[in-house]
Amino acid sequence: MILLKLASKSLLNRRASVLLSLLTIAISVMLLLTIERVRMQAKESFAATVSGTDLIVGARTGDIQLLLASVFRIGHMNNGVSWQSYQDISSKKGIKWALPLSLGDTHKGYAVLGTSGDYFHYFQFGKKQHLSFSAGGPFAQANEVVLGAEVAKRLGYGLGDKIVVAHGMGKTSFHHHDDKPLVVVGILAATGTPVDKTLHVPLIAIAQLHGAEAVQVEHHEHSDHEQHHQEADDLIGEPKQISAFLLGFDSPLYTLQVRRNINNYQAEPLMAIMPGVTLRELWGMLAMVEKLLLLFSVVVLVVSLLGMLTTLLANLSQRRRELAILRSVGAKPWHIFSLMSMESLLISLLGTTFGVALCYLLLALAQPQLQAQAGINIGLQGISRYELMLIAVIMAAAWIVGLIPAVRAYFYSLHDGMSVKT
Amino acid sequence: MIDIDKLWFSWQGHTGQPTLSIDALHIAKGEHLFLHGPSGSGKSTLLSLLAGIQTPQRGSISLNGTAIETLSAAQRDQFRADHLGYIFQSFNLLPYLSPIENVTLACAFSKLRRQRALAHQTSLNEVAHTLLTQLGLAPQFHQQPVNTLSIGQQQRVAAARAVIGDPEIIIADEPTSALDEANRQAFIELLFAQTDKTGATVVFVSHEQSLAPLFSKVVHLDELQGGADDLA
Repeated sequence: MILLKLASKSLLNRRASVLLSLLTIAISVMLLLTIERVRMQAKESFAATVSGTDLIVGARTGDIQLLLASVFRIGHMNNGVSWQSYQDISSKKGIKWALPLSLGDTHKGYAVLGTSGDYFHYFQFGKKQHLSFSAGGPFAQANEVVLGAEVAKRLGYGLGDKIVVAHGMGKTSFHHHDDKPLVVVGILAATGTPVDKTLHVPLIAIAQLHGAEAVQVEHHEHSDHEQHHQEADDLIGEPKQISAFLLGFDSPLYTLQVRRNINNYQAEPLMAIMPGVTLRELWGMLAMVEKLLLLFSVVVLVVSLLGMLTTLLANLSQRRRELAILRSVGAKPWHIFSLMSMESLLISLLGTTFGVALCYLLLALAQPQLQAQAGINIGLQGISRYELMLIAVIMAAAWIVGLIPAVRAYFYSLHDGMSVKT
Repeated sequence: MIDIDKLWFSWQGHTGQPTLSIDALHIAKGEHLFLHGPSGSGKSTLLSLLAGIQTPQRGSISLNGTAIETLSAAQRDQFRADHLGYIFQSFNLLPYLSPIENVTLACAFSKLRRQRALAHQTSLNEVAHTLLTQLGLAPQFHQQPVNTLSIGQQQRVAAARAVIGDPEIIIADEPTSALDEANRQAFIELLFAQTDKTGATVVFVSHEQSLAPLFSKVVHLDELQGGADDLA
């Protein structure tokens, strides 16, 4: 008890240097925890981008390129899949659903996805969650569009607004389809996935956007007026090709068999990937960056602990007088040892606590930005067991570092006794 | 009270040149001993043996009837906490404690001294307060940061810490060397006034011969030295 009092009074007396060591530890703990938390959350939301989809099928390219283009809307596909192949494969036995994806157009920098109405029914993300509407509903006409949550929010669109889609990628496009405005009929609830940044239109709209085909489709509509009630057909039209398609099976047992068949498909060169596997592969590539970040924060922690060690050791030689006084009133060498290790423990305890508080503050401040910029949803939940373990490791490391001056003080007090060699 | 018998000590161990070799020294209870020791006379070595930091290679030191060389290091530390008051030459105080806290620190490691200090007053702070006042430190200084006190004031705080809880032996290692002439005598008289109440033995080490007349017994360390040589 007296030792704790002495330790805290002694620390208070040296508050300038103590505060500095405390602050460096706090900052390094904050860095480490924040990076760890962002990393975990990023990994989680990354893996949650698509779920329930058994295969993604596209023209032959790299696994990751296909995944990036079809799921993340990053990059684009050089080749498409012919509509015939799509119809052929999607009608095979065991296939529960197939969602055609047609990409390549944008609206103010956001990707435009042409698909079928089934998309809103079958597409899943996260823990097999279905898409839901925060306003309106799915498209029912060729000139209707469903917006992702972020698109609607950022661009300030509401139901009934008319928007124009540009051909090609990028924010600015020379070729605007000014004559073909689309009407917003639905806005999806936020998912934290690229769906939020996508405009969903019927496949037929994509065709209509592109000059010549549009005429054909209009013609088709006129000639087959009797079949107009078949809405699904109306929304799809007769596209020549699509970018890729997603497949869901009745049973996952079909996956490998169908995948092999697609990879050996005779009519055109196609490939199928399992999104879970490829997502993991892609994360593995990003893991380098994540590990580097972790490494840096560990280095910062080590530096801050060394800083504390330097401060404590530098103080120690000035404090040999203090140790002699304590010995003269009967303090045993182990009292001196406990006193010194208690001081470093107090510094690291306060530093770590402060660091955890700083981490929460930082996350609270960065949360809206992270959500908007990276789609990473960081909840301010309590400290996880993993983080507790991390904190315990930091505390242990700080304690071990603090033992060094404590051991030195122990031997000083043993040898010097009460004679003061300064 | 203090009995030294055929003491032999060397920093180099059993075979080296003896740093200290004293055939016999007896100091009675309540005596005020002036130990005159010029530098190099083995003064600090003797003090560290008396305080139980070091133990003699041969011979015996008996304090208050206890042969301290037979005690373990931890027991010697406890013995020092219980029975010894120690005053350094200067810088006696922990800078982060108030004068009062510096005084009561002596009771932190000794239950015995705590009990003795509380025999007449209800709190250690009160005891320290009384002692400091009796030693001539005015109450307005009792809670001041110690680095704002003069050296003379600091030495009074050190004296109060040495006598709190009535230890049987007070060792003072040149406590007045940083004081001026007038303060020296006053300090020694105030110290004696306190130790005489409990009958504590005072071992006062100094190279200043002029102080010798204030003491009941004067010993020159260099005269004692070499006494145990023939026994080696």
